[in-house]
Amino acid sequence: MTSVVTRVKKKQISEAMAQEKRMDGRDLNEYRELKIEQGIIERAEGSARVTLGRTEVVVGVKIEMGEPFPDTPNEGVLTVNAELTPIASPEFEAGPPDEMSIELARIVDRGIRESKAINTEKMVIEAGKKVFVVFVDIYVLNHDGNLIDASAFAAMSALLNTKMANYEVKDGEVQIKPGYEQLPIQNHPITITVAKIGDKLVVDPILEEEEVMDARISMAIDDDQNICAIQKGGNSYFKPEEILEAAKIAETKAKEMRKKLNW
Amino acid sequence: MNDKPEKLMDKKGLRLDGRKADELRPVKLEVGVISNADGSAYIEHGKNKILAAVYGPREVHPKHLALQDRTVLKCRYHMAPFSVQERKSPAPSRREIELSKVIRESLEPAVFMEFYPRTMIDVFIEVLQADGGTRCASITAAALALADSGVPMRDLVVACAAGKVEDTVVVDLMDTEDKLGAADVPVALMPNLNAVTLLQMDGKLTQEEFEKAVGMALDGCKQIYAMQKEALKSKYVNVGEQTKEEAEE
Repeated sequence: MTSVVTRVKKKQISEAMAQEKRMDGRDLNEYRELKIEQGIIERAEGSARVTLGRTEVVVGVKIEMGEPFPDTPNEGVLTVNAELTPIASPEFEAGPPDEMSIELARIVDRGIRESKAINTEKMVIEAGKKVFVVFVDIYVLNHDGNLIDASAFAAMSALLNTKMANYEVKDGEVQIKPGYEQLPIQNHPITITVAKIGDKLVVDPILEEEEVMDARISMAIDDDQNICAIQKGGNSYFKPEEILEAAKIAETKAKEMRKKLNW
Repeated sequence: MNDKPEKLMDKKGLRLDGRKADELRPVKLEVGVISNADGSAYIEHGKNKILAAVYGPREVHPKHLALQDRTVLKCRYHMAPFSVQERKSPAPSRREIELSKVIRESLEPAVFMEFYPRTMIDVFIEVLQADGGTRCASITAAALALADSGVPMRDLVVACAAGKVEDTVVVDLMDTEDKLGAADVPVALMPNLNAVTLLQMDGKLTQEEFEKAVGMALDGCKQIYAMQKEALKSKYVNVGEQTKEEAEE
Protein backbone atom coordinates (compact mmCIF):
# COMPACT_ATOMS: atom_id res chain seq x y z
CA MET A 1 0.00 0.00 0.00
CA THR A 2 1.46 3.36 -0.92
CA SER A 3 2.03 5.22 2.27
CA VAL A 4 0.88 8.67 1.15
CA VAL A 5 -2.56 7.40 0.17
CA THR A 6 -2.78 5.50 3.43
CA ARG A 7 -1.94 8.59 5.44
CA VAL A 8 -4.57 10.71 3.67
CA LYS A 9 -7.11 7.94 4.18
CA LYS A 10 -6.18 7.54 7.79
CA LYS A 11 -6.80 11.22 8.40
CA GLN A 12 -10.21 11.02 6.71
CA ILE A 13 -11.22 7.92 8.61
CA SER A 14 -9.99 9.21 11.98
CA GLU A 15 -11.72 12.57 11.51
CA ALA A 16 -15.00 10.83 10.78
CA MET A 17 -14.47 8.60 13.79
CA ALA A 18 -13.92 11.54 16.12
CA GLN A 19 -17.59 12.29 15.32
CA GLU A 20 -18.46 8.62 15.92
CA LYS A 21 -18.99 8.10 12.19
CA ARG A 22 -17.55 5.58 9.76
CA MET A 23 -16.89 5.70 6.02
CA ASP A 24 -19.88 3.48 5.28
CA GLY A 25 -22.22 5.21 7.71
CA ARG A 26 -22.16 2.52 10.41
CA ASP A 27 -21.89 3.12 14.15
CA LEU A 28 -18.58 2.20 15.76
CA ASN A 29 -20.02 -0.98 17.24
CA GLU A 30 -22.22 -1.97 14.33
CA TYR A 31 -21.62 -5.03 12.14
CA ARG A 32 -22.27 -5.06 8.43
CA GLU A 33 -25.12 -7.26 7.27
CA LEU A 34 -24.25 -10.91 7.94
CA LYS A 35 -25.75 -13.53 5.64
CA ILE A 36 -25.25 -17.24 6.04
CA GLU A 37 -26.21 -19.97 3.56
CA GLN A 38 -25.58 -23.55 4.55
CA GLY A 39 -25.18 -26.69 2.47
CA ILE A 40 -24.11 -24.95 -0.72
CA ILE A 41 -21.57 -27.61 -1.74
CA GLU A 42 -23.25 -31.00 -2.07
CA ARG A 43 -19.98 -32.90 -2.41
CA ALA A 44 -18.75 -31.65 0.94
CA GLU A 45 -19.93 -33.21 4.20
CA GLY A 46 -20.70 -29.71 5.40
CA SER A 47 -20.49 -26.24 3.89
CA ALA A 48 -21.50 -22.63 4.26
CA ARG A 49 -21.19 -19.32 2.48
CA VAL A 50 -20.95 -16.22 4.62
CA THR A 51 -21.14 -12.66 3.40
CA LEU A 52 -20.31 -9.85 5.74
CA GLY A 53 -20.97 -6.71 3.73
CA ARG A 54 -18.79 -7.23 0.64
CA THR A 55 -16.54 -9.79 2.32
CA GLU A 56 -17.35 -13.30 1.16
CA VAL A 57 -16.06 -16.60 2.54
CA VAL A 58 -16.95 -20.19 1.72
CA VAL A 59 -16.08 -23.01 4.07
CA GLY A 60 -16.20 -26.65 3.08
CA VAL A 61 -15.90 -29.48 5.57
CA LYS A 62 -14.59 -32.86 4.49
CA ILE A 63 -14.43 -35.87 6.77
CA GLU A 64 -12.02 -38.72 6.37
CA MET A 65 -10.89 -41.60 8.50
CA GLY A 66 -7.41 -41.39 9.89
CA GLU A 67 -5.18 -41.94 12.86
CA PRO A 68 -5.56 -39.96 16.07
CA PHE A 69 -2.66 -37.99 17.50
CA PRO A 70 -0.60 -40.21 19.84
CA ASP A 71 -1.26 -37.88 22.82
CA THR A 72 -5.05 -37.87 22.25
CA PRO A 73 -5.91 -41.48 21.29
CA ASN A 74 -9.56 -41.01 22.32
CA GLU A 75 -10.32 -37.95 20.23
CA GLY A 76 -11.06 -37.21 16.61
CA VAL A 77 -8.84 -34.77 14.75
CA LEU A 78 -9.62 -31.21 13.64
CA THR A 79 -7.61 -29.53 10.88
CA VAL A 80 -8.27 -25.97 9.76
CA ASN A 81 -6.73 -24.49 6.65
CA ALA A 82 -7.29 -21.15 4.92
CA GLU A 83 -6.81 -20.18 1.28
CA LEU A 84 -6.63 -16.54 0.34
CA THR A 85 -7.54 -17.20 -3.28
CA PRO A 86 -6.22 -14.76 -5.89
CA ILE A 87 -9.87 -14.31 -6.93
CA ALA A 88 -10.52 -12.43 -3.70
CA SER A 89 -8.21 -9.43 -3.94
CA PRO A 90 -5.57 -7.82 -6.15
CA GLU A 91 -3.22 -8.20 -3.18
CA PHE A 92 -3.50 -12.01 -3.02
CA GLU A 93 -1.20 -14.28 -4.97
CA ALA A 94 -1.45 -17.96 -5.70
CA GLY A 95 1.09 -20.10 -3.93
CA PRO A 96 1.81 -21.81 -0.65
CA PRO A 97 0.02 -20.36 2.39
CA ASP A 98 1.64 -17.16 3.62
CA GLU A 99 1.70 -15.96 7.21
CA MET A 100 -1.62 -14.11 6.80
CA SER A 101 -3.51 -17.24 5.78
CA ILE A 102 -1.74 -19.38 8.39
CA GLU A 103 -2.65 -16.87 11.09
CA LEU A 104 -6.27 -16.75 9.88
CA ALA A 105 -6.58 -20.54 9.94
CA ARG A 106 -5.00 -20.79 13.36
CA ILE A 107 -7.28 -18.13 14.88
CA VAL A 108 -10.38 -19.92 13.57
CA ASP A 109 -8.90 -23.26 14.70
CA ARG A 110 -8.31 -21.99 18.25
CA GLY A 111 -11.86 -20.65 18.57
CA ILE A 112 -13.33 -24.04 17.61
CA ARG A 113 -10.78 -26.11 19.52
CA GLU A 114 -10.60 -24.18 22.78
CA SER A 115 -14.38 -23.83 23.10
CA LYS A 116 -14.61 -27.60 22.48
CA ALA A 117 -17.18 -26.85 19.80
CA ILE A 118 -16.89 -30.36 18.39
CA ASN A 119 -17.29 -33.30 20.74
CA THR A 120 -14.21 -35.05 19.40
CA GLU A 121 -14.64 -37.98 21.76
CA LYS A 122 -17.66 -39.03 19.73
CA MET A 123 -15.51 -39.24 16.61
CA VAL A 124 -13.50 -42.27 17.66
CA ILE A 125 -13.96 -45.48 15.69
CA GLU A 126 -11.23 -47.49 17.41
CA ALA A 127 -9.35 -45.81 20.25
CA GLY A 128 -5.75 -45.05 19.36
CA LYS A 129 -6.15 -46.45 15.83
CA LYS A 130 -8.98 -45.02 13.82
CA VAL A 131 -10.88 -41.76 14.23
CA PHE A 132 -12.74 -39.29 12.06
CA VAL A 133 -10.63 -36.38 10.84
CA VAL A 134 -12.50 -33.15 10.19
CA PHE A 135 -10.96 -30.90 7.55
CA VAL A 136 -12.25 -27.35 7.67
CA ASP A 137 -11.15 -25.48 4.55
CA ILE A 138 -11.70 -21.75 4.51
CA TYR A 139 -11.95 -20.22 1.05
CA VAL A 140 -11.86 -16.45 0.90
CA LEU A 141 -13.70 -15.31 -2.23
CA ASN A 142 -13.86 -11.55 -1.76
CA HIS A 143 -11.78 -9.53 0.69
CA ASP A 144 -13.34 -6.41 2.10
CA GLY A 145 -12.01 -6.63 5.62
CA ASN A 146 -12.62 -8.68 8.76
CA LEU A 147 -11.78 -12.04 7.24
CA ILE A 148 -11.34 -13.42 10.75
CA ASP A 149 -14.94 -12.99 11.91
CA ALA A 150 -16.40 -13.92 8.52
CA SER A 151 -14.28 -17.09 8.41
CA ALA A 152 -15.14 -18.03 11.99
CA PHE A 153 -18.87 -17.61 11.28
CA ALA A 154 -18.52 -19.61 8.08
CA ALA A 155 -16.54 -22.40 9.75
CA MET A 156 -19.06 -22.80 12.56
CA SER A 157 -22.00 -22.63 10.14
CA ALA A 158 -20.41 -25.31 7.98
CA LEU A 159 -19.70 -27.55 10.99
CA LEU A 160 -23.32 -27.20 12.13
CA ASN A 161 -24.27 -28.40 8.68
CA THR A 162 -21.83 -31.33 8.65
CA LYS A 163 -22.90 -34.95 8.39
CA MET A 164 -20.76 -37.94 9.26
CA ALA A 165 -21.05 -41.32 7.59
CA ASN A 166 -22.79 -44.10 9.51
CA TYR A 167 -20.55 -47.05 10.03
CA GLU A 168 -20.20 -50.32 11.83
CA VAL A 169 -17.11 -52.31 12.73
CA LYS A 170 -17.26 -55.95 11.60
CA ASP A 171 -14.29 -58.26 12.29
CA GLY A 172 -12.05 -55.24 12.75
CA GLU A 173 -13.12 -53.79 9.39
CA VAL A 174 -14.98 -50.50 9.15
CA GLN A 175 -18.04 -50.73 6.96
CA ILE A 176 -20.02 -47.72 5.84
CA LYS A 177 -23.75 -48.03 6.32
CA PRO A 178 -26.37 -45.98 4.53
CA GLY A 179 -27.57 -42.81 6.17
CA TYR A 180 -25.77 -40.03 7.99
CA GLU A 181 -25.28 -38.72 11.45
CA GLN A 182 -24.90 -35.09 12.47
CA LEU A 183 -21.37 -34.05 13.49
CA PRO A 184 -21.54 -33.78 17.31
CA ILE A 185 -21.45 -30.03 18.05
CA GLN A 186 -21.61 -28.98 21.68
CA ASN A 187 -20.51 -25.34 21.67
CA HIS A 188 -20.88 -22.37 19.33
CA PRO A 189 -17.95 -19.97 19.57
CA ILE A 190 -18.43 -16.51 18.08
CA THR A 191 -15.36 -14.51 17.14
CA ILE A 192 -15.52 -10.73 17.42
CA THR A 193 -12.72 -8.57 16.05
CA VAL A 194 -12.22 -5.06 17.42
CA ALA A 195 -9.97 -2.69 15.49
CA LYS A 196 -8.17 0.25 17.04
CA ILE A 197 -8.02 3.33 14.84
CA GLY A 198 -6.48 6.31 16.60
CA ASP A 199 -8.06 6.21 20.04
CA LYS A 200 -11.33 4.62 18.87
CA LEU A 201 -12.33 0.99 18.99
CA VAL A 202 -14.61 -0.29 16.23
CA VAL A 203 -16.05 -3.69 15.34
CA ASP A 204 -16.04 -5.39 11.95
CA PRO A 205 -13.50 -3.20 10.11
CA ILE A 206 -13.82 -2.94 6.33
CA LEU A 207 -10.65 -3.25 4.22
CA GLU A 208 -10.10 0.54 4.09
CA GLU A 209 -10.23 0.65 7.87
CA GLU A 210 -7.89 -2.34 8.19
CA GLU A 211 -5.35 -0.59 5.99
CA VAL A 212 -5.14 2.33 8.37
CA MET A 213 -5.85 0.62 11.71
CA ASP A 214 -3.22 0.62 14.43
CA ALA A 215 -4.00 -2.87 15.65
CA ARG A 216 -6.78 -5.37 16.06
CA ILE A 217 -7.85 -7.84 18.68
CA SER A 218 -10.01 -10.89 18.02
CA MET A 219 -11.80 -12.73 20.79
CA ALA A 220 -13.75 -15.98 20.58
CA ILE A 221 -16.66 -16.11 23.02
CA ASP A 222 -18.33 -19.43 23.85
CA ASP A 223 -21.92 -20.38 24.77
CA ASP A 224 -21.36 -19.45 28.43
CA GLN A 225 -19.83 -16.06 27.61
CA ASN A 226 -16.32 -17.27 28.46
CA ILE A 227 -13.43 -15.97 26.42
CA CYS A 228 -11.78 -19.00 24.81
CA ALA A 229 -9.27 -17.56 22.34
CA ILE A 230 -7.64 -14.21 21.70
CA GLN A 231 -5.30 -12.89 19.04
CA LYS A 232 -3.88 -9.41 18.81
CA GLY A 233 -2.60 -8.41 15.39
CA GLY A 234 -1.25 -5.34 13.65
CA ASN A 235 1.93 -3.38 14.13
CA SER A 236 0.85 -1.09 16.95
CA TYR A 237 -0.37 -1.52 20.52
CA PHE A 238 -3.34 -1.50 22.89
CA LYS A 239 -3.42 0.24 26.26
CA PRO A 240 -4.36 -2.24 29.01
CA GLU A 241 -7.68 -0.43 29.56
CA GLU A 242 -8.43 -0.68 25.82
CA ILE A 243 -8.01 -4.44 26.04
CA LEU A 244 -10.58 -4.69 28.80
CA GLU A 245 -12.90 -2.41 26.83
CA ALA A 246 -12.46 -4.62 23.76
CA ALA A 247 -13.31 -7.66 25.89
CA LYS A 248 -16.54 -5.98 27.00
CA ILE A 249 -17.40 -5.07 23.40
CA ALA A 250 -16.72 -8.66 22.31
CA GLU A 251 -18.92 -10.00 25.09
CA THR A 252 -21.85 -7.73 24.17
CA LYS A 253 -21.55 -8.25 20.43
CA ALA A 254 -21.22 -12.02 20.77
CA LYS A 255 -24.38 -12.12 22.87
CA GLU A 256 -26.22 -10.04 20.27
CA MET A 257 -25.01 -12.23 17.38
CA ARG A 258 -25.81 -15.44 19.25
CA LYS A 259 -29.38 -14.28 19.68
CA LYS A 260 -29.67 -13.32 16.01
CA LEU A 261 -28.19 -16.60 14.78
CA ASN A 262 -30.04 -18.67 17.33
CA TRP A 263 -26.80 -20.55 18.20
CA MET B 1 9.02 -36.20 32.07
CA ASN B 2 6.11 -37.88 30.37
CA ASP B 3 4.22 -38.66 33.56
CA LYS B 4 1.10 -36.61 33.90
CA PRO B 5 0.85 -35.20 37.40
CA GLU B 6 -2.48 -35.70 39.13
CA LYS B 7 -2.71 -32.16 40.38
CA LEU B 8 -1.11 -28.99 39.12
CA MET B 9 -1.44 -27.33 42.49
CA ASP B 10 -1.22 -28.75 46.02
CA LYS B 11 -3.37 -27.98 49.06
CA LYS B 12 -1.11 -25.13 50.10
CA GLY B 13 -1.57 -23.48 46.71
CA LEU B 14 1.95 -24.35 45.59
CA ARG B 15 2.58 -25.35 41.99
CA LEU B 16 4.44 -28.39 40.58
CA ASP B 17 7.80 -26.66 40.90
CA GLY B 18 6.96 -25.21 44.30
CA ARG B 19 6.10 -21.72 43.08
CA LYS B 20 3.30 -19.59 44.44
CA ALA B 21 0.56 -18.43 42.06
CA ASP B 22 2.18 -15.02 41.53
CA GLU B 23 5.78 -16.19 41.42
CA LEU B 24 7.94 -16.12 38.28
CA ARG B 25 10.43 -18.78 37.32
CA PRO B 26 14.08 -17.73 37.67
CA VAL B 27 15.18 -15.56 34.75
CA LYS B 28 18.74 -15.05 33.57
CA LEU B 29 19.57 -12.55 30.85
CA GLU B 30 22.76 -11.81 29.01
CA VAL B 31 23.38 -9.18 26.34
CA GLY B 32 25.94 -9.43 23.53
CA VAL B 33 26.46 -13.17 23.20
CA ILE B 34 26.92 -13.58 19.43
CA SER B 35 29.99 -11.72 18.27
CA ASN B 36 29.00 -11.69 14.58
CA ALA B 37 25.59 -10.16 15.17
CA ASP B 38 24.89 -6.42 15.39
CA GLY B 39 22.97 -7.12 18.56
CA SER B 40 22.23 -10.26 20.54
CA ALA B 41 20.88 -11.59 23.79
CA TYR B 42 20.40 -14.87 25.61
CA ILE B 43 17.62 -15.72 28.00
CA GLU B 44 17.11 -18.55 30.43
CA HIS B 45 13.57 -18.41 31.68
CA GLY B 46 12.92 -21.46 33.80
CA LYS B 47 14.17 -24.28 31.57
CA ASN B 48 13.72 -22.21 28.41
CA LYS B 49 17.03 -21.41 26.76
CA ILE B 50 16.71 -18.98 23.88
CA LEU B 51 19.10 -16.94 21.73
CA ALA B 52 18.12 -13.83 19.81
CA ALA B 53 20.31 -12.03 17.27
CA VAL B 54 19.76 -8.89 15.22
CA TYR B 55 21.38 -8.14 11.88
CA GLY B 56 20.86 -4.74 10.32
CA PRO B 57 19.72 -2.27 9.29
CA ARG B 58 21.11 -3.79 6.12
CA GLU B 59 20.26 -4.17 2.45
CA VAL B 60 16.78 -5.50 1.77
CA HIS B 61 16.62 -9.01 0.45
CA PRO B 62 14.70 -9.69 -1.76
CA LYS B 63 14.85 -6.11 -3.00
CA HIS B 64 11.18 -5.70 -3.91
CA LEU B 65 10.25 -5.89 -0.23
CA ALA B 66 11.91 -2.52 0.43
CA LEU B 67 9.71 0.25 1.80
CA GLN B 68 10.32 3.86 0.84
CA ASP B 69 9.35 5.38 4.18
CA ARG B 70 10.59 2.89 6.77
CA THR B 71 12.63 -0.19 7.43
CA VAL B 72 11.33 -3.72 7.04
CA LEU B 73 11.46 -5.68 10.26
CA LYS B 74 11.76 -9.39 9.67
CA CYS B 75 11.46 -11.94 12.38
CA ARG B 76 12.15 -15.65 12.45
CA TYR B 77 11.18 -17.67 15.49
CA HIS B 78 12.63 -21.14 15.21
CA MET B 79 12.85 -24.14 17.48
CA ALA B 80 15.86 -26.42 17.43
CA PRO B 81 15.00 -30.06 16.66
CA PHE B 82 16.36 -31.06 20.09
CA SER B 83 14.52 -28.34 22.02
CA VAL B 84 11.50 -30.48 22.86
CA GLN B 85 10.82 -34.03 24.07
CA GLU B 86 9.97 -35.47 20.62
CA ARG B 87 12.38 -34.32 17.91
CA LYS B 88 10.90 -31.39 16.01
CA SER B 89 11.47 -31.25 12.28
CA PRO B 90 13.72 -28.27 11.52
CA ALA B 91 11.37 -27.08 8.75
CA PRO B 92 9.27 -24.14 9.99
CA SER B 93 5.89 -25.34 11.24
CA ARG B 94 2.64 -23.38 10.95
CA ARG B 95 2.97 -22.57 14.65
CA GLU B 96 6.44 -21.12 14.11
CA ILE B 97 5.24 -19.03 11.17
CA GLU B 98 2.38 -17.61 13.25
CA LEU B 99 4.67 -16.93 16.21
CA SER B 100 7.22 -15.21 13.96
CA LYS B 101 4.41 -12.88 12.86
CA VAL B 102 3.06 -12.05 16.32
CA ILE B 103 6.57 -11.61 17.75
CA ARG B 104 7.43 -9.22 14.91
CA GLU B 105 4.23 -7.28 15.58
CA SER B 106 5.12 -7.13 19.27
CA LEU B 107 8.55 -5.59 18.54
CA GLU B 108 7.63 -3.22 15.69
CA PRO B 109 5.88 -0.59 17.84
CA ALA B 110 9.08 -0.14 19.86
CA VAL B 111 11.40 0.49 16.91
CA PHE B 112 11.70 3.85 15.15
CA MET B 113 11.03 2.16 11.82
CA GLU B 114 10.97 5.46 9.89
CA PHE B 115 14.65 6.15 10.70
CA TYR B 116 15.91 3.56 8.23
CA PRO B 117 13.93 3.65 4.96
CA ARG B 118 14.88 1.10 2.24
CA THR B 119 16.60 -1.18 4.72
CA MET B 120 15.82 -4.38 6.54
CA ILE B 121 16.36 -5.43 10.11
CA ASP B 122 16.48 -9.18 10.75
CA VAL B 123 15.60 -10.61 14.13
CA PHE B 124 16.51 -14.27 14.48
CA ILE B 125 15.30 -16.27 17.44
CA GLU B 126 16.52 -19.79 18.13
CA VAL B 127 14.85 -21.78 20.87
CA LEU B 128 17.50 -24.20 22.12
CA GLN B 129 15.32 -25.65 24.84
CA ALA B 130 11.60 -25.11 25.38
CA ASP B 131 9.62 -25.30 28.58
CA GLY B 132 6.43 -23.33 28.05
CA GLY B 133 6.27 -19.59 27.43
CA THR B 134 8.87 -19.58 24.65
CA ARG B 135 7.16 -16.77 22.74
CA CYS B 136 7.33 -14.52 25.79
CA ALA B 137 10.94 -15.34 26.59
CA SER B 138 11.77 -14.85 22.89
CA ILE B 139 10.27 -11.36 22.90
CA THR B 140 12.15 -10.42 26.08
CA ALA B 141 15.43 -11.58 24.49
CA ALA B 142 14.73 -10.13 21.03
CA ALA B 143 13.99 -6.67 22.47
CA LEU B 144 17.31 -6.78 24.30
CA ALA B 145 19.08 -7.85 21.10
CA LEU B 146 17.48 -4.92 19.25
CA ALA B 147 18.57 -2.51 21.98
CA ASP B 148 22.07 -4.04 21.88
CA SER B 149 22.21 -3.48 18.11
CA GLY B 150 21.81 0.26 18.69
CA VAL B 151 18.60 0.69 16.71
CA PRO B 152 16.77 3.67 18.24
CA MET B 153 13.80 2.46 20.26
CA ARG B 154 10.83 4.09 21.96
CA ASP B 155 10.90 1.56 24.76
CA LEU B 156 11.99 -1.97 25.51
CA VAL B 157 9.50 -4.80 25.03
CA VAL B 158 9.08 -7.42 27.71
CA ALA B 159 6.72 -10.37 27.79
CA CYS B 160 5.23 -12.71 30.33
CA ALA B 161 2.24 -15.05 30.39
CA ALA B 162 -0.46 -15.69 32.92
CA GLY B 163 -3.11 -18.36 32.89
CA LYS B 164 -5.26 -20.68 34.88
CA VAL B 165 -4.35 -23.99 36.50
CA GLU B 166 -6.82 -25.93 38.66
CA ASP B 167 -9.09 -22.98 39.54
CA THR B 168 -6.40 -20.43 40.18
CA VAL B 169 -5.09 -17.64 38.01
CA VAL B 170 -1.28 -17.94 37.98
CA VAL B 171 1.63 -16.17 36.34
CA ASP B 172 4.33 -17.59 34.03
CA LEU B 173 3.13 -21.09 33.11
CA MET B 174 5.68 -23.78 32.49
CA ASP B 175 5.18 -26.47 29.86
CA THR B 176 3.11 -28.93 31.95
CA GLU B 177 0.87 -26.15 33.25
CA ASP B 178 0.42 -24.80 29.75
CA LYS B 179 -0.52 -28.22 28.34
CA LEU B 180 -2.75 -29.42 31.19
CA GLY B 181 -3.94 -26.08 32.55
CA ALA B 182 -7.19 -24.33 31.71
CA ALA B 183 -5.88 -21.26 29.93
CA ASP B 184 -2.74 -19.41 28.82
CA VAL B 185 -2.54 -15.65 28.18
CA PRO B 186 0.80 -14.41 26.84
CA VAL B 187 1.22 -10.61 27.04
CA ALA B 188 3.99 -8.31 25.78
CA LEU B 189 4.39 -4.83 27.16
CA MET B 190 6.28 -1.64 26.41
CA PRO B 191 6.68 -0.79 30.09
CA ASN B 192 7.27 2.97 29.92
CA LEU B 193 4.51 3.59 27.41
CA ASN B 194 2.20 1.15 29.21
CA ALA B 195 1.32 -0.31 25.81
CA VAL B 196 0.47 -3.95 25.15
CA THR B 197 2.03 -5.17 21.90
CA LEU B 198 1.17 -8.86 22.06
CA LEU B 199 -1.89 -10.53 23.46
CA GLN B 200 -3.04 -14.03 22.77
CA MET B 201 -5.09 -16.52 24.66
CA ASP B 202 -6.27 -20.07 24.50
CA GLY B 203 -8.35 -21.96 27.01
CA LYS B 204 -11.39 -20.77 28.86
CA LEU B 205 -11.65 -17.73 31.12
CA THR B 206 -14.50 -15.61 32.40
CA GLN B 207 -14.23 -11.84 31.91
CA GLU B 208 -13.15 -11.46 35.57
CA GLU B 209 -10.49 -14.18 35.28
CA PHE B 210 -9.24 -12.66 32.04
CA GLU B 211 -8.90 -9.25 33.67
CA LYS B 212 -7.00 -10.79 36.57
CA ALA B 213 -4.74 -12.79 34.23
CA VAL B 214 -3.84 -9.70 32.20
CA GLY B 215 -3.05 -7.85 35.43
CA MET B 216 -0.80 -10.65 36.68
CA ALA B 217 0.98 -10.96 33.32
CA LEU B 218 1.63 -7.20 33.32
CA ASP B 219 3.08 -7.42 36.84
CA GLY B 220 5.32 -10.25 35.65
CA CYS B 221 6.41 -8.10 32.69
CA LYS B 222 7.41 -5.29 35.04
CA GLN B 223 9.55 -7.62 37.15
CA ILE B 224 11.34 -8.99 34.09
CA TYR B 225 11.78 -5.44 32.75
CA ALA B 226 13.91 -4.61 35.81
CA MET B 227 16.15 -7.57 34.92
CA GLN B 228 16.31 -6.47 31.27
CA LYS B 229 17.63 -3.07 32.31
CA GLU B 230 20.22 -4.70 34.58
CA ALA B 231 21.35 -6.98 31.74
CA LEU B 232 21.88 -4.03 29.41
CA LYS B 233 23.70 -2.08 32.11
CA SER B 234 25.98 -4.95 32.99
CA LYS B 235 27.19 -5.19 29.40
CA TYR B 236 27.57 -1.50 28.76
CA VAL B 237 28.99 -0.57 32.16
CA ASN B 238 31.69 -3.18 31.52
CA VAL B 239 32.31 -1.82 28.05
CA GLY B 240 32.60 1.64 29.55
CA GLU B 241 35.14 0.50 32.12
CA GLN B 242 37.20 -1.38 29.55
CA THR B 243 37.39 1.69 27.35
CA LYS B 244 38.53 3.71 30.33
CA GLU B 245 41.24 1.17 31.16
CA GLU B 246 42.41 1.11 27.56
CA ALA B 247 42.58 4.89 27.53
CA GLU B 248 44.67 4.85 30.70
CA GLU B 249 47.13 2.32 29.25
